[in-house]
Amino acid sequence: MGGYGDVKLLRDDGKRLDGRTVDEMRPVSIEAGVLPAADGSAMVTHGLNVAVAAVYGPMEAHPRKIQRQDRAVIDVRYNMAPFSTGDRIRPGFNRRSREISKVTAEALESVVLVERYPRSKIRVEIEILAAEAGTRCVGITAAAVALADAGIPMRDMIVGVASGKIEDTVVLDLDKAEDNYGQADLPVGILPNTGEIAFLQMDGDLSIEEFNLAMEYNFKAASEIHVLMVDALKRRYERGDN
Amino acid sequence: MSEGQVGAEQRLVTPGMVIGPSTGKHAGSGAIAQNEEFIATRLGWLNEQNDVVSVRPINSAYMPRSGDLIVGVVAEVRNNLWFFDVNGPFQALLPMSLAPWKVEFGSTRQHLGIGDAALARVQEVDEAHNMVLTMKGIGLRRLNEGCVIAIPVNLIDTLRGDNNSMVGRIRDLTDCRIIVADNGRVWVHGDADKMFTVRGLIQTLVDEGHMNNFEDAVNALEQQRGEN
Repeated sequence: MGGYGDVKLLRDDGKRLDGRTVDEMRPVSIEAGVLPAADGSAMVTHGLNVAVAAVYGPMEAHPRKIQRQDRAVIDVRYNMAPFSTGDRIRPGFNRRSREISKVTAEALESVVLVERYPRSKIRVEIEILAAEAGTRCVGITAAAVALADAGIPMRDMIVGVASGKIEDTVVLDLDKAEDNYGQADLPVGILPNTGEIAFLQMDGDLSIEEFNLAMEYNFKAASEIHVLMVDALKRRYERGDN
Repeated sequence: MSEGQVGAEQRLVTPGMVIGPSTGKHAGSGAIAQNEEFIATRLGWLNEQNDVVSVRPINSAYMPRSGDLIVGVVAEVRNNLWFFDVNGPFQALLPMSLAPWKVEFGSTRQHLGIGDAALARVQEVDEAHNMVLTMKGIGLRRLNEGCVIAIPVNLIDTLRGDNNSMVGRIRDLTDCRIIVADNGRVWVHGDADKMFTVRGLIQTLVDEGHMNNFEDAVNALEQQRGEN
């Protein structure tokens, strides 16, 4: 993420390589309840990213040493499918997926009313079927919809979005080239109704002004994605005419 | 985002959605008060009764309460107690002292083995989800015949109807014995083809429960039976 000065990521007309403006998001579509065996599930397509999340539980926490007497634990497993990127990924847990599972679990714990289910475990499985930069954000969005679909009580539905910097310009929602050759990446988890931030990571350098602009873009995108999340849940359950 | 409103038509609310001002009202299940507003914590239908604002969840796990009638399946047997799977996050315990038989230490397996179903009542649940069952009571017994059908917990009220009216209608239509337990399990016993009919009706409820189609399905069956 040091930034490769010789890679051109912005066109002469100020647009990005894929034709988006600096504050434009890739197209997003969300579907709830895609897996019949899970208690709750969702599929999120964000640009070329495809993430499927499944929620199971609350169930008895095993092994017993992970149980908390006063609250539930959220067990997140983030995994990228071997075929999700150009280079085959070796299947199984690795350092990166372990880190993303941990930050996702901590972000979700801040919104789920975990104190309602002492000694229990809520299992969240996030599977990335196709990856094109920003998979942790897509995974969090999918997990939030799946948790809502499973009927888990939450203060809000967390939305994962990212902004970054390319060629000294702050842009919303980095694609693969921008992520690889850009200067900074700022993924955040936003609670759209209260405006709180549940998780934030930053890779690269941003000045205060750039950071504020990136966060402004993130909040704007989060409210757009939140509308789609609510719509996906409503589409699944809205009553028919009778 | 205050789309969840109380009106003639019920509104679907999602977690985090502001569902109205909290002044003079109380938060029921599925709602919390925050900054003088009620916020939905679950996906479900908004409900307001007697100044209590609550959300009737579309999907929820079974959370046992004392006094619930349940259909449990034996998951583990010890010398002096049984552990039941009750469709909840934790297994429930039935001590031999609360079984309907005179059980001697070590002879628990002669009465109920792993996989056996039984009708029981929840005696007590503590805050850590430890749950004790009792089989002492009228109608509580081992289920030796019939079948057990699982339905989502939130559809139990729909299946029962007002004062068990829907269950009564299905019972009359099919001549089956039906017990709707609080933990999302329905015990049905009758002729094989009639049990199949009940299973079909319950499947309609499971598939289309959120569409309010269940009563229509029962009406259709009543009409069909009336014509024959």
